Amino acid sequence: MVRLPLEGIRVVDITVIYAGPFATVNLADWGAEVIRVESIKHFQVLTRGGIARPPQEIVSNPTRTGGLATYCGRDVSFRPWNRWTLFNAHARNKLGCTMDLTQPRGKQLFKRLIAVSDVFLESNAPHVVENLGLTYDVLREVNPRLIMLSMPGFGSTGPNKYYRALGVHQEAFIGHTYLRGYPDSDPSTTTTLYHADEASGATAALAVLMALHYRNRTGKGQYIDLAQAEATMPHLGEAIMDYTMNRRVQGSRGNRMPGAAPCGCYRCQGEDRWINITITTDEEWEGLCRAMGNPPWCRQERFADSLSRDRNQDDLDRLIQEWTMQHNHYDLMPRLQKEGVPAGPVIFEDDAYTDPHLRERGFFQEVTHEECGTHLYPTFGFRMSETPNRIRRPPVRLGEHNEYVYKELLKVSDEEYHQLEREGHIGMDYAPEVP
Amino acid sequence: MEQALSDVKVLDLTHHIAGPYCTKLLADHGADVTKIERPGTGDPARRMGPFLGDDPHPDKSGVFLHLNTSKRGITLNLKTQTGKKLFMELLDGVDILVESFAPRVMPSFGLAYEELQKVHPRLVMTSISNFGQTGPCRDFKASELILYGMGGAMNETGTLDRYPLKKGGNVIQYQAGTIAAVATMLALFTSRLQGIGQHVDVSIFESQMGTIDRRMSHLLTYQYNGEITQRPNPLQEPAGFPVGVYPCKDGFFQIAGGFVFWPRICRMMDRMDLADDPGFCTPQGQREAENLERFSLIWYPWIADHTKLEIVTAGQAAGVLCGPISTSEDLVNEPHWQERGFWEEIDHPVAGRLTYPGRPFVMSETPWRASRPAPRLGEHNLEVYGGLDYSRDDLVRLREAGVI
Repeated sequence: MVRLPLEGIRVVDITVIYAGPFATVNLADWGAEVIRVESIKHFQVLTRGGIARPPQEIVSNPTRTGGLATYCGRDVSFRPWNRWTLFNAHARNKLGCTMDLTQPRGKQLFKRLIAVSDVFLESNAPHVVENLGLTYDVLREVNPRLIMLSMPGFGSTGPNKYYRALGVHQEAFIGHTYLRGYPDSDPSTTTTLYHADEASGATAALAVLMALHYRNRTGKGQYIDLAQAEATMPHLGEAIMDYTMNRRVQGSRGNRMPGAAPCGCYRCQGEDRWINITITTDEEWEGLCRAMGNPPWCRQERFADSLSRDRNQDDLDRLIQEWTMQHNHYDLMPRLQKEGVPAGPVIFEDDAYTDPHLRERGFFQEVTHEECGTHLYPTFGFRMSETPNRIRRPPVRLGEHNEYVYKELLKVSDEEYHQLEREGHIGMDYAPEVP
Repeated sequence: MEQALSDVKVLDLTHHIAGPYCTKLLADHGADVTKIERPGTGDPARRMGPFLGDDPHPDKSGVFLHLNTSKRGITLNLKTQTGKKLFMELLDGVDILVESFAPRVMPSFGLAYEELQKVHPRLVMTSISNFGQTGPCRDFKASELILYGMGGAMNETGTLDRYPLKKGGNVIQYQAGTIAAVATMLALFTSRLQGIGQHVDVSIFESQMGTIDRRMSHLLTYQYNGEITQRPNPLQEPAGFPVGVYPCKDGFFQIAGGFVFWPRICRMMDRMDLADDPGFCTPQGQREAENLERFSLIWYPWIADHTKLEIVTAGQAAGVLCGPISTSEDLVNEPHWQERGFWEEIDHPVAGRLTYPGRPFVMSETPWRASRPAPRLGEHNLEVYGGLDYSRDDLVRLREAGVI
């Protein structure tokens, strides 16, 4: 019977918001026992919500729909912090306990947990672990084999290490924002952009795995200083190398790509539905003409070869869109692909759940959460032949595994457990004074 | 020098971006990586711009140089019987094979995972493809734009009155490469600790749908509430000011203000006299058009008079969430990354000495290192095939036969 790759590894997790929890879900998904340690006295903004107890009338507001910061059923009558979509998206397969790390007793208990764990991940601004007295030099005394990874935005050293930024500001800092946008407008017109979260989350998981591999070989733990920005910057190789090689500053190209014409996002039938098409060879161009039924405009000289197509892209886009607008964005994909044309729809969430490819690959799984109910959750970004995988635990609720962590791992007695409840360490609800 | 993966051997059949970034991550951390390219033309990334000095030479592609550090380079034609024989010899003692061909290709060479696994039961084979090794889209063609549109949250990027927008450069493919490296390491654990090899199936489409940030949250929002997510409406005023991207003396910057952070905004502008103005420091006040106008009369002259660096320095000191809209020039010259030692100078025999992005994270015991520049085509044929006891004469004959 093949075990999951990380079975037997225990991870202590105080990551926040998205990048950090994404790193730890990669570990939890593949067998590690990941224990989120949270506090019922302090609400971490944007991890389990904007605030702990949002007013129902604001959540019910019908003018704001969709997005990532919503509550299951738009219902905040009971434990809203267990119903927030951004959190629940990365909280599966994890365990959770609560502990007040600002108190001496909390720090003591935390160190005991570290002593029986393998990995510790945190993604706070650097002063947080510094102020808590839970830095690597302290924790390695408790557990010399510990692998600790810190992943603040700007790293644990450097003149800007205390800088604070949300995802969008990170993208701005690293030069990503400047590299995309509508080609005819300035950066102020469109601001939604996120890549550093996924890039740094995956890179952090990789760093932990490498450290574990080294430890398997040598028995040694270590400290990993990961700046979310630095983990992402190598992804911008094209623009960076153009500057370092040629002192040339690249800007946005919209949806155009070098060497491809036509290349773009074309409107389809219905409201706000689109298909992307990218053509780089004459054969693909011929395929597109055939798929469109060989309209006479295809035969014009100015579209006959790739260089001419590149020069006449705006007209080409306009003519292609006149055709795509008559068709369904999903139906067009197999029709175009049959003719050898690279094409694919912009998939909205409703499309995703009916997508035949994802269905056949078994990408969605039914999961029951005690408070949110039963839904289809997205599963994994890759699969492995000998270790098929599934979501084994629903998104973890606040303090859900307090009994397990305190009584079994930390060997706390029943009386002490009740004392810790009274002192505000242990619970499944935020303290009443937390707004 | 001991690195994290010094005991790991990798055979690399990848090309273009996603695969090579995966193997670069392993190679730069000490894995012994041999990159196999087709004779004559090599990895298509060698033909990708930007080129050093705009000279389209196969050793001057910036992307190829960046993606292929720390790897040895050999050539091999897998369509020939001799090529396949050599491949099986190269596979001896290898922990990990990474390939990024279309799914039909390895089986067409007679090198499907099922075949290789018979000879190498502990082998980890990572296959990176657009849509995965199975499924109705398996043989479909794709690109950065198409894969982001299908897998990523492209329905959310851009503005509602216009077409959706892709992200910058080829970031989706770099991300797929990162995910592939994670998956590969996980499979390596199973191989080393349980003695069992695996076929790792990385689909760029699913690496977006299943491991992306906003995407997974939006999917859940749809499941929980039946709501889809759209691009922001440009006509809708943001909640509060100043919020969003603004022009300044030498470019643009991005800021998160609003009534909650108003005192910090005042500190940033050295205008604490405005901190208690109820038109600015309350949610109701910020909703009034006349207060926005009053604010604009103060704000726009101030930002026009200050550079991105000045604004962000003052803002961060005041605790404001903000960032400059950096260009690549701003990024490379930013003192913080330089002082942290992020940038790496690497010498290449053809491209010369250039500055590259360096280590994505700092490990205290086992450092990152670009142990070699990107290889020239077939640069290590003699060394690698020589190690298999092929003589110079043999190599000449193999070259003439189009095998290497």
